[in-house]
Amino acid sequence: MRPTVKFLNNELIEKIISEARELLCVLGAEIHNDTILSMLADHGAKINCGKKHAFFTQDIIDKSLSTVPHSFKLYDVLGNETHHFHDYNVHFTPGSAAITILDYKTQKIAKPSTIDYVNYAKVINQLTNIASQSTALIPADVPENISDSYRLYLSLMLCEKPVVTGAFTIEAFAIMKELQIAVRGSEKALAEKPLAIFSCCPTSPLKWSDVTSQNVIDCARHSIPVEFISMPLSGFMAPVTLVGTLISHTAETLSGIVISQLSHPGTPVLYGGSPAIFDMRYETTPMGAIETMMIDCAYNEIGKYFGFPTQGYISLSDAKLLDAQAGCESSMGAMLAALAGINNISGPGMLDFESCQSLEKLVLDNEICGMVLRMIKGIESREDFPALPLFEELLKEKHLLIAKHTRKFLRTEHYFPGTVIDRANRARWESEGATTLWERAHQNVLRLLKQYTPSALPDSVKKDLTDLMQQEARRYGMNTLPEGCL
Amino acid sequence: MNILTQISENLQKGNDELVEALTQEAIAKNLPPKDILDHGLIAGMNIISDQFKAHEIFLPDVLLAAKAMYAGMNVLKPLLIKDKIPSRGKVVMGTVQGDLHDIGKNLVSIMLQGAGYEIIDLGNDVSPEQFIEAAKTENANIIGMSALLTTTMPVMKKVVALLKEQASAGAIKTVVGGAPVNREFAQEIGADAYGFDAANAVEIVNKLSGH
Repeated sequence: MRPTVKFLNNELIEKIISEARELLCVLGAEIHNDTILSMLADHGAKINCGKKHAFFTQDIIDKSLSTVPHSFKLYDVLGNETHHFHDYNVHFTPGSAAITILDYKTQKIAKPSTIDYVNYAKVINQLTNIASQSTALIPADVPENISDSYRLYLSLMLCEKPVVTGAFTIEAFAIMKELQIAVRGSEKALAEKPLAIFSCCPTSPLKWSDVTSQNVIDCARHSIPVEFISMPLSGFMAPVTLVGTLISHTAETLSGIVISQLSHPGTPVLYGGSPAIFDMRYETTPMGAIETMMIDCAYNEIGKYFGFPTQGYISLSDAKLLDAQAGCESSMGAMLAALAGINNISGPGMLDFESCQSLEKLVLDNEICGMVLRMIKGIESREDFPALPLFEELLKEKHLLIAKHTRKFLRTEHYFPGTVIDRANRARWESEGATTLWERAHQNVLRLLKQYTPSALPDSVKKDLTDLMQQEARRYGMNTLPEGCL
Repeated sequence: MNILTQISENLQKGNDELVEALTQEAIAKNLPPKDILDHGLIAGMNIISDQFKAHEIFLPDVLLAAKAMYAGMNVLKPLLIKDKIPSRGKVVMGTVQGDLHDIGKNLVSIMLQGAGYEIIDLGNDVSPEQFIEAAKTENANIIGMSALLTTTMPVMKKVVALLKEQASAGAIKTVVGGAPVNREFAQEIGADAYGFDAANAVEIVNKLSGH
């Protein structure tokens, strides 16, 4: 039996949805994009052009909800299926778009450079419990206008996993789409086998900037999957109660669904988010707060109530170093998210309020994900009945270490984490250097970097990607891509 | 493929029947028993030991290999004795008096056997006198003692003290292990070595035996 967790009953879910729909119809949403306002008007929404405000109708909400796919798949750069977003399937992906990286030697944060991104891509390519890569760092050694496309370029060149990404500008979408088409061969092939998911974030409360809303419709037009990342803050930009925050999240996410589905019905979307409580003592948005995680799991239940695949920014920490808080918050989040069946769980590697990536933490989180993935397989009977013969064997042989039953089920019943998790007895641990988790994680990072083998993407495709990226860099005054980029 | 390599590889796979047959075949081909032992059986076990330490394989794989080693050794043993090739060593094993927990001791015994040692297993609840007597009678060079209870640990001290009073003092080494036992305790009671797990016990016994 697959274990699950639930925070809401259907009655409460229906009430939350009903209130959210009313917000959209009565209060409306601010949308700074004339194309979208015009499209909404064409479908019967009342528009206040001067205030860039749209008042939704129950009809357009219903119409949009009816065309959202209830599942979709993702494929790696080589075209192999890696994800099936549906039901209670869960996949992990690293936390995305960190503006800093935690340096192992100095234990201080630094702005990421190309080499950091390259190392990240090499490591994530080999972490078996994290199904996709995200464009997890924003390289600071390229012009800002290409920092989004450049990270996608590096990801596609170095790592075979599909990508969770996003565009920072309207203009960047074009090159980011072209890079994906270069991998797949054609726009049609890309639509058939999606390679990336774009994160699109409304602003709380109920606002869409020109850039993010345009990204939604650009993705829709090219059948590129989108994950909506609504970020209400309990007590600040949303009611302090968890239910009130869920109403806010639901309204914002439904507004995204309407924009996407009216632009191109059937566009795959993930019902996602990154809400948080607001810590009134520190003026921060703790992703490691238990209430933040509860909101995540609960909106995922609302998404599932609609029948849509879901996403959540959970399984990350607000700690500044790879310490006990980092492990505690990341583990709690990963476990709750998996139990709740959040289909795309974003967070591994991330520290410090979604601002800092750590390769060492990524390695640790990969083990947390492994344990959690084992947990959700649940407890199943595996040739356990009748029990008598096995216990007779035990009494006869005095142990079951080499029993057929042991050998058959050992590696599936028990998850064996890598060396970052210490399971040696104290004497062995001491004899092996009495290492800290931080040191063992770093040793693993070094090992992964050393044993990395290049992506099997054909050289001709890699050349096309590089030509496209160089052309884009030149547009923004960068004649050659940073050294060490490959 | 060289027959010794075949023995080594099949031992690593835990194929005891084939290792036994190949050892017989190697003997039939007049290969020196010492070569079969060193370059076939022990060579295979050394690889297994390295893979186990690197977490590439798990305990069941080691024990299966050990079983295969044992099967080969059974065939080889009469010839090794005939050629007066000294055995790898003889170890008296037991859980100390007052203690009935023998899981750890059994695991160490299996691993040592797999490494080519002859094991005299005295079981559990073994008195100091029984350890000494068995070591002398069997001409063993090592006594391995295990305890799970802190209350039975002092028996280890008695064995070490009693051994020092013997004429053969120094010839028989002592190794201690078990959950509450640690290196400091081993030093305190004057034991020759402490093994923190079964694989480590093999390394230590190898060292004490000069292998």
